[in-house]
Amino acid sequence: MTLDTSYGSLLFTIIAAVVKILALLLGFGMGLASILTWMERRQSAMMQDRLGPNRANIGPFKMWGITHFMADALKFLFKEDFVPPLAHKFFFMWAPVMSMAPALIVAAIIPFGAPLCWGHALDPHATTCETPVLFQIARLDVGILFYFALSSLSVYGATLAGWASHNKWSMMGGMRASSQMMSYEVTMGMAVLGSFLVYGTLEPGAMVWKQQASLWHWGIFTQPLGFLLFLTASIAETKRTPFDIPEGEPEIIGYFVEYSGLRFGMFFLGEFLEIVFSSALIVTIFLGGWSLPGLQDFWIAHGWSNLGFVVATVLIWSAKVFLFSAFQLLIRWSLPRFRSDQLMQLGWQRLLPISVANVLATAVVVLFTNSK
Amino acid sequence: MAVGVKVVNRPGSFAQQLYVPAIAEGMGVTFRHFVKNFFGNLVGMRGKTDIQTLQYPEEKKPYPERHRGLHRLMVRDDGQTRCVACMMCPTVCPAHCITIVPEEAPDGTIEKRPRIFEIDELRCVVCGLCAEACPCDAIRMDTKEHAKPVYRRVDAILDREELLARSAPSIAVQGGQGAFWREKTPGNHPTTQTPVDGEVVPRGLPPGPTIPKRD
Repeated sequence: MTLDTSYGSLLFTIIAAVVKILALLLGFGMGLASILTWMERRQSAMMQDRLGPNRANIGPFKMWGITHFMADALKFLFKEDFVPPLAHKFFFMWAPVMSMAPALIVAAIIPFGAPLCWGHALDPHATTCETPVLFQIARLDVGILFYFALSSLSVYGATLAGWASHNKWSMMGGMRASSQMMSYEVTMGMAVLGSFLVYGTLEPGAMVWKQQASLWHWGIFTQPLGFLLFLTASIAETKRTPFDIPEGEPEIIGYFVEYSGLRFGMFFLGEFLEIVFSSALIVTIFLGGWSLPGLQDFWIAHGWSNLGFVVATVLIWSAKVFLFSAFQLLIRWSLPRFRSDQLMQLGWQRLLPISVANVLATAVVVLFTNSK
Repeated sequence: MAVGVKVVNRPGSFAQQLYVPAIAEGMGVTFRHFVKNFFGNLVGMRGKTDIQTLQYPEEKKPYPERHRGLHRLMVRDDGQTRCVACMMCPTVCPAHCITIVPEEAPDGTIEKRPRIFEIDELRCVVCGLCAEACPCDAIRMDTKEHAKPVYRRVDAILDREELLARSAPSIAVQGGQGAFWREKTPGNHPTTQTPVDGEVVPRGLPPGPTIPKRD
């Protein structure tokens, strides 16, 4: 029985999806998140006039200490796995999973490159494609709502960790974390509503196409207030500094105090995966995704192949996500930490009304520009 | 001294309440520091960066002249050890870490020399009394090295060969130079130096790393 691997068949779709998942999640996501664990320490050090960790080496190759992330991973693997005697066994095991899995799954809707013309990849001037392979794991029409649904699930990770540890202070940390995350989810949704009105679609791939026209079509210029609000809300959602009072490293006990070894490693890596993929989402909605203004026309004018264009867009997207993650790392040591009550006040009393006002203003402008 | 009262209106101006201009200014400071330190470190111009970190053990802070470190035995001009096994240093050592077993020296003028000269660096409290007691400038503690970490305690006992490995010909004159030794050979003794013809003798600690102005 010959297997039907032609374009459009079930087997082709499955193989394409598996390859995309491995490339994006395993290759790019985990790779960048792991490097970010080292890069955060090095970049923070450089900002603070000191050197960061630069000694880990494999044989004679130091490479500025990049292999520290491997050393960290090995350290987490070999630590003792201690479960507190009175902890709830199932939820203690389940909490890191609930924290890390949504961070990985949201990568499904993010477009990380231009569509590849299957069968015509090496032809020059291949502008119209009948057989495109989308560089996006799942092309859902609800797109961004999928992201919001899953990031709501990550609240469970923090809450369960706090409760299942059977520790008063980690439970309080879990309460802080869950209240903060739920508050800023509302602002996140409202902040992006303006962008939905401007683009007219929820699907991230279509959003990137609409931003291709010129630099002024980028989301950051059509919705600057929405960008600031969404950026603030997503930093608060991922519990990054300056909103990291739930974990608040040297100040206060967080919700993962009872976790050791790889269980903590999953929380740790999950946080950095959230940095990577929330940066990827911001790049998609506000910073033009994989496109650069004028790149496609430039490519077609020179007659280069579609495959080269796809590779170029993947590299552009990777660079944008990398730079934006570095920007989130830069914010960490520039701002003092918010107190819990200041955080709640900012979320509910300041950001939410501003985001509602942003939606109203955008709706009025869109109505008048469309009715002309 | 007059005490002034500065009235600060809270909340402040609209720009202050907005946080965003202040945030941008703060991020500008950190970004500036990052760019300066990153590119300076990358290109090898560490002096231009603000980084004060010394990469030990490749870079070390210079120790003062009188710093007491690992011991070393000095040699005469013909290569023999200057030590005459007079037993002054093991007598004065408060930690009892020096072991000397003397033997007859084949040279006619020198009576004794150490057959076994061992210092247990783990016991040593680095007080410097042995170097002070020695009448022959045979033992010094000016190697500016630290006792190396070892896996077994027995490896920290340095024997005569290891101590001699760091040796140098001493410029001391056996038997001393007499009462006016300071004037006779200026510049010989590191602790008291008589300036000759207006030569400037450095005193105090060697210059340390420069601390740049606050940003």
